[in-house]
Amino acid sequence: MRRNYVRAVGTAALAALAMVAAAGCQDAGSGTAGGGDKCGGKIAIFGAFTGANSGLVLPSLNGAKLAVKQHNEKNPDCQVKLEEFDTTGDPAQATPVANRVAQDQSFLAVIGGHFSGETKATMQTYEAAGMVMVSPSATAPELTQQDNKAFHRVVGNDLTQGAAAATYIKNTLKGQKVFVIDDATTYGQGIAGETKKGLGPLVAASDKVQTGQSNFDATISKIKSAQADTVVYAGYTNEAAPLLKQLRAAGVQAKFLGFDGIYSPEFASGAGAAAEGAIITCPCLPASEAGGTFSADYEKEFGEAPGSYGAEGYDGAVVLLEGIKAGKNTRQGLLEWVDSYDKQGVSKYIKFDETGDVDKSKVVIWAYEVKGGQITAQQEIKLS
Amino acid sequence: MNFDELFGHLGQHTVDGLAKGAIYALVALGYTLVYGVLKLINFAHSEVFMVGTFAVMGTWALLGATDGPSFGMVVLLVVAGLAAGALASGATAVAVERIAYRRLRRMNAPPLIFLITAIGLSLVLAEAFGLWQGRIVKGMPDVVRHDIWLTIGNTEISNRQIITVVAALGMMFALDRFINGTRYGRGVRAVAQNPDTAALMGVNQDRVIMLIFLLGGLLAGAAALLWSIRYGITKFDIGFLVGLKAFTAAVLGGIGNLRGALVGGLLLGVVEVYSATLTSSSWEDVAAFVVLVVVLLFRPTGLLGESLGRARA
Repeated sequence: MRRNYVRAVGTAALAALAMVAAAGCQDAGSGTAGGGDKCGGKIAIFGAFTGANSGLVLPSLNGAKLAVKQHNEKNPDCQVKLEEFDTTGDPAQATPVANRVAQDQSFLAVIGGHFSGETKATMQTYEAAGMVMVSPSATAPELTQQDNKAFHRVVGNDLTQGAAAATYIKNTLKGQKVFVIDDATTYGQGIAGETKKGLGPLVAASDKVQTGQSNFDATISKIKSAQADTVVYAGYTNEAAPLLKQLRAAGVQAKFLGFDGIYSPEFASGAGAAAEGAIITCPCLPASEAGGTFSADYEKEFGEAPGSYGAEGYDGAVVLLEGIKAGKNTRQGLLEWVDSYDKQGVSKYIKFDETGDVDKSKVVIWAYEVKGGQITAQQEIKLS
Repeated sequence: MNFDELFGHLGQHTVDGLAKGAIYALVALGYTLVYGVLKLINFAHSEVFMVGTFAVMGTWALLGATDGPSFGMVVLLVVAGLAAGALASGATAVAVERIAYRRLRRMNAPPLIFLITAIGLSLVLAEAFGLWQGRIVKGMPDVVRHDIWLTIGNTEISNRQIITVVAALGMMFALDRFINGTRYGRGVRAVAQNPDTAALMGVNQDRVIMLIFLLGGLLAGAAALLWSIRYGITKFDIGFLVGLKAFTAAVLGGIGNLRGALVGGLLLGVVEVYSATLTSSSWEDVAAFVVLVVVLLFRPTGLLGESLGRARA
C-alpha cells in the first residue's frame, strides 16, 4: 500500500516536471510580439506534416522554409519566423490550430491549408481575425466561391484540373469506358465531379469509397463488371495505393489516372509494381521547369528534388515575405498587400482575382507518370 | 439503386463478397473464442491481427520476396509467413492476456474495466506501430500471382479467393474439432460452462485462458497471412476496421459460437458487396450495420445463438 502510494506520487511529480519543461520550451519559442514599427513578424503554416498524406505536403513546407531562410539571410534587420502546425490534414485538428493562431496577435498571416477540407473548416476563423491565408495546394473550387476575404491560393483549382484530366483521358489515354471513384471528401468529390462533366458519356460507372478503407473488393467487383478501360481515382494516397494494388492483383489491366492528391513518393512505394504506368495530373510545375535557381537551391538545402507543390509553397511564402519586407507588419496591411500582388513567381505568374484564385490563363497542369517507382514529368496538358 | 448491375453479375458479386467475408470470419473466431470462455470482448484482438501483418511483411522482406516468385519460393514464403504471423500474433495475444487481463481477473474487476484496458492496450499497440513504422500505407510484394482458376458463366473465381475461403473453412473446422474432440478442448468447454466447478474438477483455469488467447492469436496470424497474400498492404491502424467488422461478424453469427463466426463473417462480406453494388462503397457500412440491427431485433443472440460448449456440451 505504502509502496504504491510512493510510486503514484513519484509518477505524478515526474509528469508535472515534464509538463513544466514542455511549457518552458514553448515560452522560449514565442518571444517576439507582432505589431509596432519593427520590421519582421511571425507566419503560421499548417497542414499534414505527419500522417499518411504528408508526402504530398512536406515539399511545400520545405519550400516555405527555404523562402523564409533566404529572406532572413538577406534581411538581418527584418527577421521572419515561420511556425509549423501539424494538422495531419484533418479538419478536426485544423480547427483548434486556427483558433490558437487567430487569437495570438503575433501571427501576421497564414500559409495553408494544404488540403481543401481543413481549409474549408478554418477559413472563416481566419477571416474573422482579419488574417490572410495563402494556400499552396488547396484546390477545391468551392473555396473561392464563398466570398471569403482571407483565402488566396497560388495554385489552379480543380475545375481546371478536372477539365485537364478529362482532356488527357480523351486525347492521350483514349479511354472509352471510364470508371470514376472518389473518396467523398471535399477535394475528391469536387474533382471527380469536374472530371465526369468533362468526360460526359464516356463515364461507364462510378463509386464512392471511404477514407481509411483498406480493402476494395466491392469497388473492384464493380469495375470488373463495368469492363472499364480507364479507372480514375479522386482522393489521397492512403486509399489510392491499396486500391490500385488490389485492382492489379484482381487482374484488371485498365489504365489508372489519379490527381494531385496522390502525387507523393508514398503512392509509388505503397502500390509497388502495380503503380507502374499510373498517370497523375497535378497543377504543380515539374522541378526542372521552375523559374530561377529555386530547384537548385531546394536540392542543396534538403538533398532531394522538390516534389509536389515545392515551388507553390515557396511562392506562397515569398508573397507574404515581400509584404513584410515592404513594411506591412499588421494583419490588415498584409491582407491588402496580397490582394494587390502582381509579380512573376517560380511556379507561375501570381496575381489574384477578387475571389482569391490566380489568373486562369497562368495555371499550368502537368501529367506525370510513375516509371520505375519514380514520379516523372510526362507532358503539360494543354486545355483546348 | 442499380439492380441491373447486381442481378446481371450476381455470381461475381457473391464470390467477391464471400472471399471478403472469409477474412472477417477468421478474425471473428478470435473474438468469439475469448467471449465464449470469459464473457469478455477482447478489443485488443484487432491489434493482434495488425502485428501479424507486420510480422508477415517483415519476414517477406528478410527473405527477399519479389513479385511473382518461383513455385519453390512461393511455398517457402507462405510457410515462413504463416510461421512468423502466427508466432507474432500468438505471442501478442498471450502478452495482452498477461498484461491487461490476468491481474484484473484475479482481483475480480468489473467487466467494464476489462473493456477499458483492452481499448487502451489496443491504442498503445496501434500508436506504437504508427510511430515506429510510420503512418503511411506499406506495400508488400505480390507473392501469389493472380490467376483465374474457375469460370462459371460470367463469374470468374481467382486463386486467391479460393485460397482464402478454403483456408477459412479449414481452420474453422480444425478449431471446431480441437474444441469438441480433444482433452484441451474439453477443458476449454468446462471453463466456459462453469469456471468454478471446472476448477474444482482440477482444470487449470489460467492455463485454459492462456490457451484460448493463444489459439485466437494463432488464427489472427493465419488471417494476417491470408490478408497479406490477398491485399498486399498494411498500416498501423489496419486492425481497427477489420477488427470492428470481425467483431460485428461474431455478434451477427452469435458471439461465443464458432460456426456462428464463420456464417456471420461470410454473410457480412456478401451484404457489403451487394450494398456497395446497389449504391456505392461508402454505403457498405450502413448496410452492414442495418443488417446487424435487424438480425439482433429478431434473434438477440445472433443467427446461430451463443454457445461454446453450452448447447453441445
